[in-house]
Amino acid sequence: MVVFNAGRSPFDRFLDLSRLSELQGIEEDATHVSFGALTTFRDMEDCPAVHRHLPNLVKSARATGALAIQNRGTLGGNIANASPAADTPPSLLAYGAELELVSSRGRRRVAYEGFHRGYKQMDLAPDELVARILVPKPQGLGFHFFRKVGTRQAQAISKVCLAAYARIEAGVVAEFRVGLGSVAPVPARARHAEAIIQGAALRALPVEAACTELLKDISPIDDIRSTAQYRARVAQNVLRQMLGELAAV
Amino acid sequence: MAEKILLRLTVNGEPRAVEVFPMARLVDVLREDLKLTGTKEGCGEGECGACTIRMDGRIVNSCLIPAIQAQGSVLLTVEGLATGEEPHALQSAFHHHNGAQCGFCTPGMLIAAEDLLRRCPNPDEAQIREGLSGNLCRCTGYVKIVDAVKAVAEGRPA
Amino acid sequence: MIGNSAIRKEGRAKVLGRSRYTDDKTFRCVLHGATVRSDVPHGILKAIRFGEGIPWKEFTIVTAQDIPGENIVAAIVPDQPFLVPVGGEIHHAEEPVLLLAHPDKYLLEKARRAISLDVEELPATLDVASSDRVFKEINILHGDVDSIWAQAAHVVEADYRTEAQEHLYIEPNGMLAIVAHGDHQDQVTVCGSLQCPYYVHKALVHLFNLPGDKVRIIQMDTGGAFGGKEDYPSLIAGHAALLAWKAGKPVKLIYDREEDMAATTKRHPSRTHVKAAFDANGLLLGLDVDFTLDAGAYATLSSVVLSRGAIHAGGVYRCPNTRIHARAMATNTPPSGAFRGFGAPQSLFALERHMDVCAAKLGLDPAELRRRNFLKLGDTTATGQLLKEDVDLAGLMDRTLADIGYTEKRKLFAAANETDTPIKRGVGFSVFMHGCGFTGSGESYLASVAGVEGLADGRVAVLAASTEIGQGKDTVFSQIAAQALKIPMDMVEVAQPDTKVVPDSGPTVASRSTMVVGHLVEDAAYAFKQALIQQGFLTEPYAPEVFREAVKRSHARLGSMKCYAQYHNPPHIVWDDKTYQGDAYPTFSWACYAAEVAVDTVTYEVKVEDFVANQEVGRVINPVLAAGQIEGGVAQGIGWALWENVEWKHGRMANNQMTNYIIPTSMDLPRIRVGFLENPHPAGPSGAKGLGELPMDGPAPATLNALQNALGPLRLDEVPMTPERLMDRMEVARG
Ligand SMILES: Cc1cc2nc3c(=O)[nH]c(=O)nc-3n(C[C@H](O)[C@H](O)[C@H](O)COP(=O)(O)OP(=O)(O)OC[C@H]3O[C@@H](n4cnc5c(N)ncnc54)[C@H](O)[C@@H]3O)c2cc1C
Ligand code: FES
Ligand code: FES
Repeated sequence: MVVFNAGRSPFDRFLDLSRLSELQGIEEDATHVSFGALTTFRDMEDCPAVHRHLPNLVKSARATGALAIQNRGTLGGNIANASPAADTPPSLLAYGAELELVSSRGRRRVAYEGFHRGYKQMDLAPDELVARILVPKPQGLGFHFFRKVGTRQAQAISKVCLAAYARIEAGVVAEFRVGLGSVAPVPARARHAEAIIQGAALRALPVEAACTELLKDISPIDDIRSTAQYRARVAQNVLRQMLGELAAV
Repeated sequence: MAEKILLRLTVNGEPRAVEVFPMARLVDVLREDLKLTGTKEGCGEGECGACTIRMDGRIVNSCLIPAIQAQGSVLLTVEGLATGEEPHALQSAFHHHNGAQCGFCTPGMLIAAEDLLRRCPNPDEAQIREGLSGNLCRCTGYVKIVDAVKAVAEGRPA
Repeated sequence: MIGNSAIRKEGRAKVLGRSRYTDDKTFRCVLHGATVRSDVPHGILKAIRFGEGIPWKEFTIVTAQDIPGENIVAAIVPDQPFLVPVGGEIHHAEEPVLLLAHPDKYLLEKARRAISLDVEELPATLDVASSDRVFKEINILHGDVDSIWAQAAHVVEADYRTEAQEHLYIEPNGMLAIVAHGDHQDQVTVCGSLQCPYYVHKALVHLFNLPGDKVRIIQMDTGGAFGGKEDYPSLIAGHAALLAWKAGKPVKLIYDREEDMAATTKRHPSRTHVKAAFDANGLLLGLDVDFTLDAGAYATLSSVVLSRGAIHAGGVYRCPNTRIHARAMATNTPPSGAFRGFGAPQSLFALERHMDVCAAKLGLDPAELRRRNFLKLGDTTATGQLLKEDVDLAGLMDRTLADIGYTEKRKLFAAANETDTPIKRGVGFSVFMHGCGFTGSGESYLASVAGVEGLADGRVAVLAASTEIGQGKDTVFSQIAAQALKIPMDMVEVAQPDTKVVPDSGPTVASRSTMVVGHLVEDAAYAFKQALIQQGFLTEPYAPEVFREAVKRSHARLGSMKCYAQYHNPPHIVWDDKTYQGDAYPTFSWACYAAEVAVDTVTYEVKVEDFVANQEVGRVINPVLAAGQIEGGVAQGIGWALWENVEWKHGRMANNQMTNYIIPTSMDLPRIRVGFLENPHPAGPSGAKGLGELPMDGPAPATLNALQNALGPLRLDEVPMTPERLMDRMEVARG
């Protein structure tokens, strides 16, 4: 929304989606919680089903800007804005979300992982919209973790953001996904680190090995907000912290 | 450029209609077209909160809202807090506790505080600090602002 | 009345949203102004090109050629042009080159972007360490420091640095100019967001080559300043006035946030080398300080900032042999400027950090080392100033340490930090002073004037050019005048600073408004009362209503009666600008601040969890307003210590947005606990001293000293100590 300030926007035309009803509403069925693309951060924070099933998304929403931003900003906008520093994508990745995309040619459903193709590039045609975001409801004994590292406590843009979800079966990590923000050109899964933890016993998590592997999952940069070195080290530290909490479940 | 549209709003309880460009920023509509200069602009990027107003029951940054998205909405600005010459309890409390120094963040801060107290009538200090965290103040260090909000929550504004 | 927390005078308008800041005032025919800047840090301007697709005929365009008077901002050193002419030298990347005005803001922005400059680039000096151009150099010598090193039991030396800090007042800079073309002479009026009406006045008199009465400067309500609206507004006012003069219409020049952050002044970055010698008992024998400021491209106020920084470099300690060598150096970055504390926060950061470093080397508690060396009544400072006040620094320190629970917490935290908790805690403090009013001969050179006027309705008005910038000057002046006249505060009005109405009471800087100007207000009020008595309108004792009637009668009979008071240096104050010896300030405010911090070793984030700010500032005229000043200053100090970092790229600020320049939100700060110890000093009205800048000096060293306590030996030599820098230091320490 910031781009339309005095004369800076290159566009003369805008499509206002804000009153399209099909893009609105949070729905819950047996297997999924689904979000219209126009769901605001505030809507997510206020929805009991999201609190119950997807606590990381509530934390992502509460960590986005401050309240006035949360009242207006939408989940669809947060995805399609395609910022590597956005705070809901790590949670969506950790939960294995899917997207429903629509255009005049019809609808298609894609895994959210892989939607971001490169810096600010998406698997989205120019005439296509993100209609809904579908998140599978975690089943069984779940472990949820979200941590955003900005420079201040509120109104901060992430320098590192890490969300994780693990399903635990008989003391073993049966399912495990980690989503990362601000450490790669796109929101990223930590596939290498995940592979080390997947299937491991809670009592014997190979924590340091996972932290080392994590460096293969990320490609942080120096910019005006932080340094590559800081991002890499803190991503490792937060992963270590998360695994410590997981081990203690 | 696009054609102007007729924008109908309810501002501080009064129906208003103005002709504006659809992408005009709401903060400019308020300040320039409706002459309600109480709402301030400190950054134009949603960061400082000086332009905070209430729109359809929720606080928003008016610098980030294109006029067209405000069509038909109900707005509250700092000018609408007082009843005639009788200040709102939060206004009295900010005045008495020195919650306004230069005063530039104050209009937005008051709207955010009013919203906080409606959502959470008895906030503790941490909740007050969270409720106001979208409003930057460079003068006060926030202590007197927090005190003013606390005083109102406890029913002793002045 | 004095010592009473009277409610802020202009507060009601502020909370009701009725105050009038510059951008709130407008005219139907107003044009909007914009500034085209140079882009490169150093070069020769060859040509200005106007792009296609813009109806240039509709625009008012001003270049250096249009300037009717001198193209130079009149300041301490006149070296900065209002606009760089074609053929002229560009000294930094934000230099104004051309001005535009148009009724349509959007088209104006498009036009600004359509202008391009041909510049022959020259090599730029962007790092102060590689600069060889000195704007100002100061040497303070006391004793013979070189004779001491060999005989000292301990010699400890280290380097410290502080980076630029942005004021980030929430109201960006802005001016509204109106020029009436007269038959003989033009009349230039500028209303704006500013701290020093007479600085702007002087600049415009020279710019337009007009007599003083043809230039009128009016301060609008001002949304924060902190030094940031001290010298730069002269440029903006000049630009707005040039556009209005050429267009024949009012022109509004309001900076947006990005422009304000990129182009206006910042706190001077500093580099300090400190070498200290102690005897076996921990007594300070010698102190050698080398202090360098990055002044940026023009001299502006750097000489005075340097002077204050140099004088404060010795801190609150007795030291028989001191050498302070200070320099302000030129670089090709936008000029540094005044910012709350004026050089003292920089040099005090170095010294107060160094005291903790020395304490560790000497195996003493930081409090003990300081206690052995505090200045006392009868001691002399580095400039040879004899302390005539009974200052009790040890008492101030002890009370602060008790308030924060220093001894218990140091023990408690040391034990807890041994465990594998990721959160490490520490407490630390700083002890410091701040000189009140202008340095040395500054006040006598200014010879400020303030007045009191009787109004037709029987009330009085205070006449002074001192500006209300949120610090509560209107309230405090009313309290002072009311007290002197024995009338209630609501019978005192404070005139809007307007150079046509108020005398030059000097700039609103250096914590001088209450102490120096407040004293003049008090004197003028007494003179006014005396005049009423002498002319037979009033006899003492009297009730307020009797006073009101007396003023009414005098007004009806004689018209408006005004009494003025002018500053004269008290005879006992002696200062030598050449040797930098003598009474640097009429008096000092003293303080001890303590911080408790928690460091998250997962993210290297630091949270200040408790903060105590105790000070001795003479008589406190209005405790609530005074506490507000301290709390706000501490917040800026903590911000500077931990987060507020200016990222430079090719001589420009690259993070010039509020999203990327991090000041604290309400969630980032603790409740700041403020205490005042009163010790009335005769310099100010009823014994008040200055307090506006003091709170900026202490938080950075206190916070980093607390960090040191939390983390152990670590090179904590720089502010802001951002999480990134802290991580680097911790990794280096770990090896
Ligand atoms: C002050 C401030 C602080 C912020 N802080 C954070 C933060 O901490 N964390 C964070 O993650 N984000 C942050 N943001 C970013 C912001 O919250 C997101 O970009 C927001 O979610 C955008 O939502 P919107 O509805 O306003 O989208 P818009 O701004 O309206 O749209 C963003 C982009 O997405 C496109 N788009 C929107 N909806 C769709 C759709 N359904 N299909 C296809 N394309 C679409 C638009 O065309 C546009 O290109 C912040 C923004 C501001 C202004
Ligand atoms: S002006 Fe809207 S948030 Fe700053
Ligand atoms: S009172 Fe000045 S910014 Fe808050």
